Amino acid sequence: MPVSLLWAVDVYGRVYSLSTVGQQWEHCRNTHLEFKRVTAAQQCCWGIGCDNSIYLNVHASDLPVRYQEDTYENQRWNPVGGFSERLLPSDRWQWSDITGLQHQPMASFQLPSSSWEWEGDWFVDENLDGEPTEKEGWTYAMDFPATYTKDKKWNSCVRRRRWLRYRRYKDMDTWAKIPSQQTALPDPFSDISCGGWEISEEPRGRLSLWAVSLQGKVWFREGISHHNPEGSSWVEVPPPGEVVQISCGPGDLVWAVLWEGHLIVREGISRDCPRGTSWAEVESPSPQVGAIHVAVGVNVVWAVTKDNKVWFRRGVNSHNPCGSGWINMVGEMIMINVGLNDQVWAISCEDRLVYFRQGVTSSELSGKTWKAISIPRDGERSHSSASANSQHSAGCFFSSEVRAPSVVSDAELDLEHPPGDVAISNVTFPGPDSFVDAPTNSSSSQPCVKPNIPKVTSDSFISELVSDRKPAKTSGGVESASPAVLEEVVPDEGEADVLSSNSDVTITGSGGPPDPQWSNVDLEEAQIQNGQTGAVADSVDSCSLSSVATYSLAMEDQYGVDEHPLWAWVSGGGCSVDSHSQLNWFSCSLNTSMLQSVQSMSLSMTPAQTAAWRKQIFEQLSERSKREMDNFRHYEQAIEQSVWVKKGAMQWWRDWKPHKWMDVHFALEQFSGAEGHKDGILFIYYNYYEEKKYLHAFINEVTILVPVLNDSKHTFAIYTPERTKQRWPIRVAAGTELEMYDWLALLSVSCCDSRGIYGSPSKQAIWSITCKGDIFVSEPSSALEAMPYPTPCDQMFWRQVGGHLRLVECNSLGIVWGIGFDHTAWVHTGGYGGGFFQGLASSTDNIYTQTDVKSVYIYENQRWNPVTGYTNRGLPTDRYMWSDASGLRECTKTGTKPPSPQWTWVSDWAVDYSVSGGTDREGWQYAADFPASYHGFKTIKDFVRRRRWARRCKLTTTGPWQEIPPIPLSDVTILPCAAQSSVDTVPVWAISNKGDVLCRLGVTLLTPAGTSWLHVGTDQPFKSISVGAASQVWGVARDGSAFYRGSVSGLNPAGDCWYHIPSPAKQKLKQVSVGRTSVYTVDENGNLWYRQGVTPSYPQGSSWEHISNNVRKVSVGPLDQLWIIADKVQGSHSLSCGTVCHRLGVQPMEPKGQSWDYGIGGGWDHITVRGNSMEPPRICLPSMTEPSPRAAHTPPPTAP
Amino acid sequence: MLLHRLVAVSPMLLCACFCLVSFPPNLLQLLLPRVSYLPVVTDKVKKHFLKVMRPEDVEEMWFEYEGTPLKWHYPIGVLFDLHASNTVLPWNITVHFKNFPDQDLLHCPSNSIVEAHFMSSIKEADSLKHKSQVVNDMQKKDHKQLWMGLQNDKFDQFWAMNRKLMEYPTEDGGFRYIPFRIYQTLSDRPFIQKLFRPVSPDCNAHTLGDLLKEMYPDALTNDGEQKRYQVLIHGIEPLLETPLQWLSEHLSHPDNFLHICVVPVPTD
Repeated sequence: MPVSLLWAVDVYGRVYSLSTVGQQWEHCRNTHLEFKRVTAAQQCCWGIGCDNSIYLNVHASDLPVRYQEDTYENQRWNPVGGFSERLLPSDRWQWSDITGLQHQPMASFQLPSSSWEWEGDWFVDENLDGEPTEKEGWTYAMDFPATYTKDKKWNSCVRRRRWLRYRRYKDMDTWAKIPSQQTALPDPFSDISCGGWEISEEPRGRLSLWAVSLQGKVWFREGISHHNPEGSSWVEVPPPGEVVQISCGPGDLVWAVLWEGHLIVREGISRDCPRGTSWAEVESPSPQVGAIHVAVGVNVVWAVTKDNKVWFRRGVNSHNPCGSGWINMVGEMIMINVGLNDQVWAISCEDRLVYFRQGVTSSELSGKTWKAISIPRDGERSHSSASANSQHSAGCFFSSEVRAPSVVSDAELDLEHPPGDVAISNVTFPGPDSFVDAPTNSSSSQPCVKPNIPKVTSDSFISELVSDRKPAKTSGGVESASPAVLEEVVPDEGEADVLSSNSDVTITGSGGPPDPQWSNVDLEEAQIQNGQTGAVADSVDSCSLSSVATYSLAMEDQYGVDEHPLWAWVSGGGCSVDSHSQLNWFSCSLNTSMLQSVQSMSLSMTPAQTAAWRKQIFEQLSERSKREMDNFRHYEQAIEQSVWVKKGAMQWWRDWKPHKWMDVHFALEQFSGAEGHKDGILFIYYNYYEEKKYLHAFINEVTILVPVLNDSKHTFAIYTPERTKQRWPIRVAAGTELEMYDWLALLSVSCCDSRGIYGSPSKQAIWSITCKGDIFVSEPSSALEAMPYPTPCDQMFWRQVGGHLRLVECNSLGIVWGIGFDHTAWVHTGGYGGGFFQGLASSTDNIYTQTDVKSVYIYENQRWNPVTGYTNRGLPTDRYMWSDASGLRECTKTGTKPPSPQWTWVSDWAVDYSVSGGTDREGWQYAADFPASYHGFKTIKDFVRRRRWARRCKLTTTGPWQEIPPIPLSDVTILPCAAQSSVDTVPVWAISNKGDVLCRLGVTLLTPAGTSWLHVGTDQPFKSISVGAASQVWGVARDGSAFYRGSVSGLNPAGDCWYHIPSPAKQKLKQVSVGRTSVYTVDENGNLWYRQGVTPSYPQGSSWEHISNNVRKVSVGPLDQLWIIADKVQGSHSLSCGTVCHRLGVQPMEPKGQSWDYGIGGGWDHITVRGNSMEPPRICLPSMTEPSPRAAHTPPPTAP
Repeated sequence: MLLHRLVAVSPMLLCACFCLVSFPPNLLQLLLPRVSYLPVVTDKVKKHFLKVMRPEDVEEMWFEYEGTPLKWHYPIGVLFDLHASNTVLPWNITVHFKNFPDQDLLHCPSNSIVEAHFMSSIKEADSLKHKSQVVNDMQKKDHKQLWMGLQNDKFDQFWAMNRKLMEYPTEDGGFRYIPFRIYQTLSDRPFIQKLFRPVSPDCNAHTLGDLLKEMYPDALTNDGEQKRYQVLIHGIEPLLETPLQWLSEHLSHPDNFLHICVVPVPTD
């Protein structure tokens, strides 16, 4: 789970955040402001300050928020002075945008707010579609508007060039005020809610921000995106009544509460219309008591009514945003917030603690129980741990200060207390002076309790509110002037009626007028009111305010923190937890020593922390083994190592035609082989024309076990070197998923046993990944790269490591990084196992939960007919109207299942607009006929159209991987080191999923995850990057050209400038890999290119040389060894795509090698050999000179 | 890192450790797993001696060391630590086929009795650790797997299941109670077994020393005194500040009990 934050505001207006790995609330200290409310997303947090302005806190990320401004300079040639800025009257502006229609001089560009700064001055863009232009950056054409070329011709009459300037958002991690629009906003905001980041596929940063003003109007913030975190302007969205509170979910749900207690639902929210179109009304959960608060998630709605009851709305989803009915839930809350994954947070009305709803899963959205987050706030830990503990042991959870807020609990306490210590609520106080004494009297356990002193700021906050409230006065039934001060604060919190309903209880107890005791303004105010109203009623109210002012003494600092945290508001919109998350928030942290002791007992400690006792146990144990065993090894063992057989019924994909699944008996016989290694034989017993036969495989010959899980069968493939050559593994299917994993775990262990491979992968290990995301690792022998007779590639043994990745990169120091399908970055913890591995096949510590998310796509196809236009009735010869990309398989919305049982749906079907070629507003792509090339607009010749639907699914597994938040990556590379090199910090470069180039700082052996990202500026997004052994950094940009980074060194890890390197003619590069000296790239058409002429003095090289085709990926190792993933490798039985191949004959003088050797595949997607820096043996032993027969078997992929 | 790995495999170390037993007069020598039970591993002994004995002399087999009958329901390692910890290996024990000491030993006609005893120990331990929740959630075949793992000395098979018994909710900081037994040579009581929590009321982790202080204060050496007793677990003397929870997780026998032997320091 990534580290993320839960935000909360206490009754003093102080903002706190709680990290999912933290154990205390951190005060947000960089502000001297108090806040009323906050609403969080993962990348930022919005808040309403007590000055009623909106504030934004963008979380610092190593990736800057950076915006590229551009403008074009246009010139026309005239016979006298050549090209000049004098244009024809009919021409465009001299400075314009790309279309020429907009006048755009450089001076017209202004920073949007004081939170931005310019990164540098304007400069000329010297790049035209991946091709470098002349020094000045001019592009030429015959006339405006036209296509521009970089070459000046005889008929070039006009020219233009592009100027660029970057601006950067600088107010990271601080509360920056959003400049207000004086004209548009007559009254201040009282509620705010952000969400909506899931309604479009846009990268993180796009948000919907809704706000409610004191007058009950609803506002929507336009234009919030990653490049514009502040948004551009407020737009009013008129509601049908006066709104008091609003909630916006991560998806398309927006609900609000009306003053009268009804709820309204925004309908018609979509990608194109994030503001929605209309309101629908929903009745309050209970007919007598109106709602005061609502909170929505992706598929849930929770509400609180004025009697503090909590309600859950049944049947809510994006098709039916109104849901179907209310269910009353346990617990009394003053507010509720729904965060990520529909997890629920609330503040209890009884003790004002933040509660977390436990057990909320996608199948049980209402959860199971409320659990209080009872952890200290920073700065108060030492203090409260002692006192809280004593209270705890005394069986009294609330101290007197806490008690005051709840009248109900006061009343209860009265019953318990002897008449001598009568509690406050029943006592009549003569005047404001006695407020000081009131708490003291009632607190029997604490002899010298000081009164709580309100702060000056919150006082002024109130008076400010008073002045603000004037216009809204009509709405609340206010009886008298002065008590209205507080009572009026309340309505904008949506609580007025809660209070009055609460006060009913009070009246029965004290007989006084209603006590407006709770606002989220200030506890002490409430206390004062409480004491007062019991006796003096209205008359002293003016005093009370003045007394508040009088009490603003310096004592506040001493006592302000010495109490149980009282929360006013919580927002979980940025807090990524789910029902599996392990949180440390509930672990009774009243005593810190307990925490420490728990920590000290846990296994996940660094060696430095390891206690003497542990060391001593290991020393004694090994000594004992020596004493008791070593001298007696030759003795007979009491228990014979017998043959051990496991049998089961399975299905087998039979070897002969017609191929089909047949029932077989499957058995593994294990025994102790020579030299103590366990060994075994695998048998498959089958019937062949009534004749019993069997197939067998020696466990020590099995090279890999590949799980092939799909929605119908639980199968796995068993390869031996022979089967790898044939491209025809033994495929067996188990009855259930569990059975399959049982067998896989058992077989994996016996394979590893027979080869004596245990524990974590070595530093030299070769890592690879299948297209399903399964991770495999192989231990290279030193003969793997030997000359002239290397170990054949198909004899490599691969074992699986838990986890799910799309890409993995490593180096010879043992630093391994991975990237998931959802672009999350992961670092290898040094463990092994996880996933379905159990017991000894898995390390016990450093295995963590790993999740991954990917999209499943189906296509909706339609044909045009003259009568009805486009319909879903196709020709009889057409493809299915709902199909996969090829159109050959029917895929309906309801019939399409997640790729395998490991995956579960986490979203609904939605139109996918991010299809290459573009789409129209409804996501359609048009073509003349199926199958054809599609375009995103309709022409007269188009008779068919299709659109892509996407649905996200999620997988949860375990593995030796830890997340590196927060930037999602699309590529990563780690410096390959020579075998014995000692590098302090290891250069790691990466590409973010938005295409930014990043350099990781602080990556060492001890901290393989590094510390922070350094952003390396580029003029266009990148898609691939690789760093060579001599720190030479190569990248591939989105336009398919390559770049070389100059002056990268240990002292200057990010280098200084990019050198543009044109791609091979008419090809767009997609991936690059750099070894010791070799540079290889792969283009989008599957060609492998070698960079010629690379020398230390001219590291950019001179030209591209074609090596091979049908190549999907390349990995060049620290010894310049060359490995690829190739498509279309022909085996003796079948053809495979995605095959690991090894270049033979690579030598220092012959870096391009000679021929390919074929390894495991198909279905492979990625390989990295960048950890293998083992120099091959110089002299080849005669025993290894068995020539490899592969070359004869399989033609090279360089087929013509 | 090395230490981590050692922790991870430490149960294996224990399991793989044998103590040597020699059977005079025919001097049969065998390596026995410390964590197993005598009847489970002495099939060979029986076969060996039956060859040379008259059938009418054969009654129930039992073992004796220096005059003390060996209780088969104690793990072999415990018997060794308790009675012979400071002797030179091999451990010479005598096999008897007559005069079964009914007052000292339980009868053990077959291995199913050992299995029943073993399973009841596991259940007892789990009732202390998890209110029996884990063991009750297991299926019959899981129970069988635990026993088969022990019986056939298949460590992986055993631990695949036993792992579940060693789990506990993180927020609790440990098991409910630590299943332990303290054995002593100089007492008539078979062993000490009481309720003892891994964590003190003030949330400190209890150590081995805390346990002994409460259960068997004599075993501790006071300041200025000469050490009188050795506290042995699996033949080693852990430091007294070792957390009890950790010991229970890592140095328990397969029956899930922490068997602690308090033996007098040898006087040469």
